Amino acid sequence: MAIEVRIPTILRTYTDGAKAVEASGSTLTALIDDLESSHPGIKDRLVDNGDLRRFVNVYINDEDVRFIGGLDAELSDGDQVVVLPAVAGGC
Amino acid sequence: MLRIAQETYDAIVAHAKRDHPDEACGVVAGPEGSDRPVRFVPMVNAAGSPTFYEFDSTELLALYKDMDARDEEPVVVYHSHTATEAYPSRTDINLASEPNAHYVLVSTRDCFDADGGNTDGPVEFRSYRIIDGVVTEEDVTITPTEESTP
Repeated sequence: MAIEVRIPTILRTYTDGAKAVEASGSTLTALIDDLESSHPGIKDRLVDNGDLRRFVNVYINDEDVRFIGGLDAELSDGDQVVVLPAVAGGC
Repeated sequence: MLRIAQETYDAIVAHAKRDHPDEACGVVAGPEGSDRPVRFVPMVNAAGSPTFYEFDSTELLALYKDMDARDEEPVVVYHSHTATEAYPSRTDINLASEPNAHYVLVSTRDCFDADGGNTDGPVEFRSYRIIDGVVTEEDVTITPTEESTP
């Protein structure tokens, strides 16, 4: 099952500079585990204590996964996943 | 060094003043690899806060898809501090995630009095690189508007 995952600049150190990689999985958790097996270290940048990191946004077909089940969100062949770090800060 | 057109500089300052006392935020996009900030894109501060800013997640995706389609990247990521100096906070440093961007900090603390009245005080405008938690301030050169409009 091939799912395209768009990788943000800051995480391309894990993908040899690739802007997009292919991975598979029927849920976001499974997809991230599959990404980790090909790109070791990337999971820790996305997941913390079994939850998606607060300042990492993941979208499945343009929907923020926080609204569709978070790490349990379901995936099918041909879906597009986009990872974007939050643009945020504060004094 | 950040080179930025007068028109874009003015637009960032105006946005910061308009949203005071809340923090204002946005990007200036430019052709990938060009280091030229040409397309001013003010964003809504979804946090609506005087001490925090965050792009709305849906608008963030739309922004990045749009930049992708235009072969652009965020050359400048800007936000304002409304009660403190224009220097990246610990939170700003921890959350900085665009190693190629110029992080512009604008402070409006001297522009308004305690009641929110405009004092016409100066706006502090400074630029930094923030890479792996290391902050490096850089010079800002303001260019005539024509120069940066190809």
